[in-house]
Amino acid sequence: MLNRVWRMIIKEFVQLKRDRYARFVLIVPPILQMLIYGYAATFEVNHVKIAVIDYDHSQESRDLLSRFTFTGRFEAAKILNNERELKSLIGESDIPLALKIGPGFAEALRKGETAHLQVIVDGSNSNTALIAVGYVNQIANQFSQDYARNRLNQVMPAMVANVPQIDLAPRPWYNPDLNSQWFFVPGVIGSITLILVVNITAFAIVREREIGTLEQIMVTPIRPFELILGKTIPFFLVGLADVVLVAVVGTLWFQVPFLGNPLVLLLGVTLFLLSTLGVGLLISTLCSTQQQAFASGFFFLNPAFILSGFAFPITSMPRAMQMLTYLNPLRYFLVILRGTFLKGVGLNVLWPQMTALAALTFVLLVVSVARFRKSID
Amino acid sequence: MDPKPSIVVDNLVKRFGKFVAVNRVSFQIRSGEIFGLLGPNGSGKSTTIRMLCGLLTPTSGSATVVGFDIARQAEEVRRHIGYMSQKFSLYDDLTAVENLEFFGGLYGVTGDALTKGIAWALGMSGLAGNEQALTREFSGGWKQRLALGCAVLHRPRVLFLDEPTAGVDPLSRRQFWDLIHQMSREGITILVTTHYMDEAEYCNRLALIESGRIVEMGTPGEIKRLAIHGNLLLIEAAPLGDALAAVKRAPGVTDASVFGAALHVVVGDQQSERELPAFLAARGIRVDRIEPIAPSLEDAFVSLTGEKPAGDADS
Repeated sequence: MLNRVWRMIIKEFVQLKRDRYARFVLIVPPILQMLIYGYAATFEVNHVKIAVIDYDHSQESRDLLSRFTFTGRFEAAKILNNERELKSLIGESDIPLALKIGPGFAEALRKGETAHLQVIVDGSNSNTALIAVGYVNQIANQFSQDYARNRLNQVMPAMVANVPQIDLAPRPWYNPDLNSQWFFVPGVIGSITLILVVNITAFAIVREREIGTLEQIMVTPIRPFELILGKTIPFFLVGLADVVLVAVVGTLWFQVPFLGNPLVLLLGVTLFLLSTLGVGLLISTLCSTQQQAFASGFFFLNPAFILSGFAFPITSMPRAMQMLTYLNPLRYFLVILRGTFLKGVGLNVLWPQMTALAALTFVLLVVSVARFRKSID
Repeated sequence: MDPKPSIVVDNLVKRFGKFVAVNRVSFQIRSGEIFGLLGPNGSGKSTTIRMLCGLLTPTSGSATVVGFDIARQAEEVRRHIGYMSQKFSLYDDLTAVENLEFFGGLYGVTGDALTKGIAWALGMSGLAGNEQALTREFSGGWKQRLALGCAVLHRPRVLFLDEPTAGVDPLSRRQFWDLIHQMSREGITILVTTHYMDEAEYCNRLALIESGRIVEMGTPGEIKRLAIHGNLLLIEAAPLGDALAAVKRAPGVTDASVFGAALHVVVGDQQSERELPAFLAARGIRVDRIEPIAPSLEDAFVSLTGEKPAGDADS
C-alpha cells in the first residue's frame, strides 16, 4: 500500500522536476504577487490632484486652500476661473476632485455664519472618492475649529481656555503606523496559497484524466484512498513549500513582524492546505478538460477572495454575504495569519478559527473524496 | 465450448441515459484465445471492454474474468488483467523506465521481479538503449509497445486491448501483432477491439458488433461463410453509379456495394451469375471486368450490417 502511494509521490516530483513551466509557476508568480501587493496595495490616498475655483479671493479662502496642499495628500493641479471649465475637467482629466469656494466665504465666516465649501468629486472611483472626501472633511473641520478659536481669541481671550474640545488620540495597536504592508502581507500568503493549491491540484488530476493515465491507474489494483493520497500529498508538500517561500519573502523584504508561535501558524497552514486540496479535488471531479478546470477555479477563487476579509471588511457586507463568508476557508485562515504575525496570539485566542477551519476542511475533504471516489469507480 | 473459459459475458447491458451503448451482449473466451470485437466507431466495443476492466459499471447483466465477478470482485479482477487504451496512456514527461517503474509499482511488482520485468519489457518493445529517453520523443510504434509493456509487467492472465494499433505505422502494427500472438501462445487471453478489417483476420475468433449488439460471431472464416450466401463477384463497370443501381435490380443478386472503384456483388445462383453481363449491357453499362473473388471480412461486415466499418480515431 505504502509502496503505491510512494510511487505516485515520486512520479509527481519527477514530473515537477522536468516541468520548467510548473517550477516557474510555483516560484516566480507567488514572489511577484507578494512584491506587487506589498508595494501597490494600499488604502491610503496620497497626492490626489485637485482643481480649485476661488470666487472669494480672500485671506480666509487662501488659508483654507493652502491647508489642502500642505499635507501632501492633495496637489493643486489646476486653478479654474469658472464652473464651466470644471464640467469637462472632472470627467476627462486625471483630476478627480475639485474645491469651490463661493463669493462671500470670508464674509460669512466673519459674521459668524455658515460658510460653504463645495467639493465636487469623480465618484466613478468611489473608493478613492470616499477616502479623499474624508480627508477634505478633516481639513475643513480643523480649519473651522482653528478659525473659531482665533476669533474668540480676538474678542474674548479669556474665554478661549473654556472652550470644550475633544482631543482624539488614535493608538493603533499591533500596527502602530497603520502600515498597509503589515495588513496585506499576511493576507497575501493566504490568497496566493489558495489560488496555487486549488489550481495545481485540480489541473494535475484533470490533466491525467485528459491524457488517459488516470484511467490507466484505475485499472490497476490501487485502492481509491491510495490514489487520493498519492495525488494530494505531493501538492500538500508543494503548497507548504510555497507558504514558507512567500512568508519568508514577505517578512524579510517588507519587515512585517512575526510575533506568534510558528507551530500555531503551522497548524493553521496545515488545515488550510487540506481545505484547498479538498476544493481542488472537488473541481477535478466536476471537470473533464483543463479549460473547464480553469473556468471552475476562477468561479470559485474570485468570490473566495472577495468574501474573505482580505480587502473588504466582512462586517460591512449585507447579512446574506456575511453568512457566505463562513463557508470560506480563507476567511478563517486570514484571521489566523494576522493573529500569529501581527498580534502574536496563540490557540487560546484562535481556537474558534481553528475549529471552524477544521470543521470546514473535514466537510470539504469528505465531500470531495466521496465525489472523487465515485468519479473513478 | 471450453469447460473453464477465461472470460464469460452474459447479457451485458450499458445504458447512458436513454442511449443503449451495449445491448445484451454475451460471449465466452477461452484461455489463450485472441478474441476480437469488430465494429464501427461508437458501436459499443470500447464500452464493453471498459465494463470488463471495471472502469464502467454495467446497467444489467453479468460477466466474470478469470472466474471473478466484474461487479463484486473488481479488485481481484484488476489484479489479473492488463489494459491498454487506444491513447497509449503513458506519461510523456517520464522516461521509458520511469513509466514501467510507475505502473509496475502500482501493480505491486517490486524488487527483483520489477527489475527483471523492466528488462523483459524493454527487450520486447525494442526500447533497450533508449530506456532513459523521455517518452514524448518516441514514435507511435514505440509508445504502443511501451504501453503494452506497462500493461503486462505484472504478468496478467487476461489482456484487454482497446484499438491498440490506431495511429501506428504498418510495420509497427505487424510487429505488435507478432507480440500478441506470442503472448497468446504463452496462455494469455486477449480481448482486442478494432475497426481494421485486416487486423481482425489475426484473431482466433471474432464478434461483429453494431449499435451495441453482436450481429455475428465465429472464426474469420466462419463469419465470411455465414455472411456471404452465394458467390462474390468483383465488377468494374462504367458509369459506376448506374451499374450499382442496375445490378441491385438484377435477378439473383442478394447484395451489392461499392468497394473502391469497383462493385462487390453477391449472386445467389450460377444461372444469374452467367446472365449478369448481358443484363448490364442491355442497360447501357460498359462492363470492363467481372470475376469471382474470395470474400474478405469487410465484405462480410457490409453484408451483415449494411454499412462500412472503416473510420478512424475514437470509438
